[in-house]
Amino acid sequence: MRETFWDKNKRTVCNLGLVAVIFLALVAIELFAPSTSMWFSVLRKVCTFSLAAVSMNLLNGFTGLFSLGQAGFMLLGAYTYAIFTIPSEARVSVFRNYGTSVIDFQMPLIPALLIAGVVAAFFAFLIGLPVLRLKSDYLAIATLGFAEIVRGLVQLQQFGPVTNGPDPINKFTSPDNVLVYAGITGVCVLLIVLLINSTYGRAFKAIRDDEIAAEAMGINLAHHKRLSFVTSSFFCGIAGAMLAMCNTSVSAVTFTSSMTYQILLVVVIGGIGSVSGSILAAFIYYSSSEWWLKFLDVETFTQAGTKVPLLGPGFRMVVFSVLIMIVVLFFHKGMLGSREMSVYDGFMKIRRLFCRKQTAKTEGGEQA
Amino acid sequence: MSEAKNVLHVENVTMQFGGVVAVDNLTMDVNEGEIVALIGPNGAGKTTAFNVITGVYEPTNGAIDFEGKRIIENKPQGKMKKLYAGQNNGVYTSVIRKTPDCLTRLGMARTFQNIRLFKSMTVFDNVLTAKHMRRTSNYFTAMLHLNGKEEAAMRQQTLDLLTLVGLEDVKDELATSLPYGKQRKLEIARALATNPTLLLLDEPAAGMNPQETVELTEFIRYIREKFNLTILLIEHHMNLVMDISDRIYVIDFGKEICEGTPAQVQSDPRVIEAYLGVAEDDE
Repeated sequence: MRETFWDKNKRTVCNLGLVAVIFLALVAIELFAPSTSMWFSVLRKVCTFSLAAVSMNLLNGFTGLFSLGQAGFMLLGAYTYAIFTIPSEARVSVFRNYGTSVIDFQMPLIPALLIAGVVAAFFAFLIGLPVLRLKSDYLAIATLGFAEIVRGLVQLQQFGPVTNGPDPINKFTSPDNVLVYAGITGVCVLLIVLLINSTYGRAFKAIRDDEIAAEAMGINLAHHKRLSFVTSSFFCGIAGAMLAMCNTSVSAVTFTSSMTYQILLVVVIGGIGSVSGSILAAFIYYSSSEWWLKFLDVETFTQAGTKVPLLGPGFRMVVFSVLIMIVVLFFHKGMLGSREMSVYDGFMKIRRLFCRKQTAKTEGGEQA
Repeated sequence: MSEAKNVLHVENVTMQFGGVVAVDNLTMDVNEGEIVALIGPNGAGKTTAFNVITGVYEPTNGAIDFEGKRIIENKPQGKMKKLYAGQNNGVYTSVIRKTPDCLTRLGMARTFQNIRLFKSMTVFDNVLTAKHMRRTSNYFTAMLHLNGKEEAAMRQQTLDLLTLVGLEDVKDELATSLPYGKQRKLEIARALATNPTLLLLDEPAAGMNPQETVELTEFIRYIREKFNLTILLIEHHMNLVMDISDRIYVIDFGKEICEGTPAQVQSDPRVIEAYLGVAEDDE
């Protein structure tokens, strides 16, 4: 019997259905949510960090290279994007301490995004030449060092005419529409997923599983590690540009190593080696820390007039950290492990559960 | 007698670690279609020799030719200039290095003593990964899945290979969930997927029971016929070695002590001497 189209592609079709539903939900939010709703700022952030987490996952989860340079590449992307999209007339006011900007033209959004990615990728290529010889923790430390160096360098007065020194850059193009963010993330994540499922993706996974065996199978380690590192940084740069759009202002102090750890946390919670896990975790992480748990930071009084104990500034992070510990304790490999979310399999599982109950019931009935 | 084509020619290879000469002036030839075994007591330097041939180690001195082309050559360098304790110093002047992946692309495939499969992948994907090396599509066409034809060809070849070696019924299982004997078979299949002319097996029967060893012997013979292979193997199971080898090299303390057919080797007094006393705990 020949496999029908449905048999072969049912999982893909169901997952595409899920993506379509999410997209429609975003359209609905964009159209109908009140303009003061938290949805907008949270979803913009979720989209940004989903892409950052997925690109980190490509490197850490699929190629097995433990790199902590994400903040550095995001910074490069953010600055590049911001510098290229300031309108000419606004440049004088933005770069007031340095006379004017060296770059004096404005680019449309998409080319600027691409250039942001390319700049990050270019620096990844350069830094990768010496650094990718290192393994595990050493690679992490070296890339972390790189991120800190970049953060220090862009703040130098000497680079002022380009980077505006330590002063923030603002007034660049920053769309409000959530769908723009979702669109960029969607396209980028799609490309990463396609890459992971291609022959190169298999080579990356082979390197992750066993470097020595991968090399014995004719996979050029240096070349493939570099490919993965540069690709990951390219998308990281785009994520950085999106963060710049979210914040409507770019300043180097945002891109600290703690941001890298946040992304790492998202990757670990979602599952190392799971794209859908990273996205799900980014959603849960940022919506709870920015929105759902915000009430914990506000001093609240009961109707009788007594203060609710513990609630107050900073308490949100305590609860949040406890939640993270619970997740890590109960899901050793993150929420999805190295699997991907599959609507079809989930549905079948639920149906099986339901059917079993039904058969148990009928059997019980017969016995009675 | 018509001379068979030389596939692998190891010439005066010496491998020295610090002051220890692990492989001492080893010279050996493997001709087309042969099964050649490299044996010796524990610690004789077999695995080191194997690692030199497969490009994992650089030899301290000596050269290796593959199909008439020089692939590896080295002379004592750096602090080894002073330390070198082997022979033929100064014979080799140039330095030729090849990484293991280069050698695999040239047509030398290997397996490992302790099985090294890609643990998170299925049996099918394990073999399919070995096809990556022969790709013609570049990074971007592969990323955008525009290389459908090539991908389909890769998958078909993989399926054919798995059918040939009898693993097609477990192709969708995780590689690590297979029983030990099948994992060995899969590792050999994965090496075959690189279309090698020379197959290097590092203790293929390690950890196998007699029944599995017999099956493996049959399997090695079968693939040699099927794929026109030349095979070089290291092995401890004497039954297997004596059964399938055309020629045997015996080394002890890094030095070659004997070379010949299984019958010649078995009756050679030097071999008996090397194995005596250690034979008990060796086998």
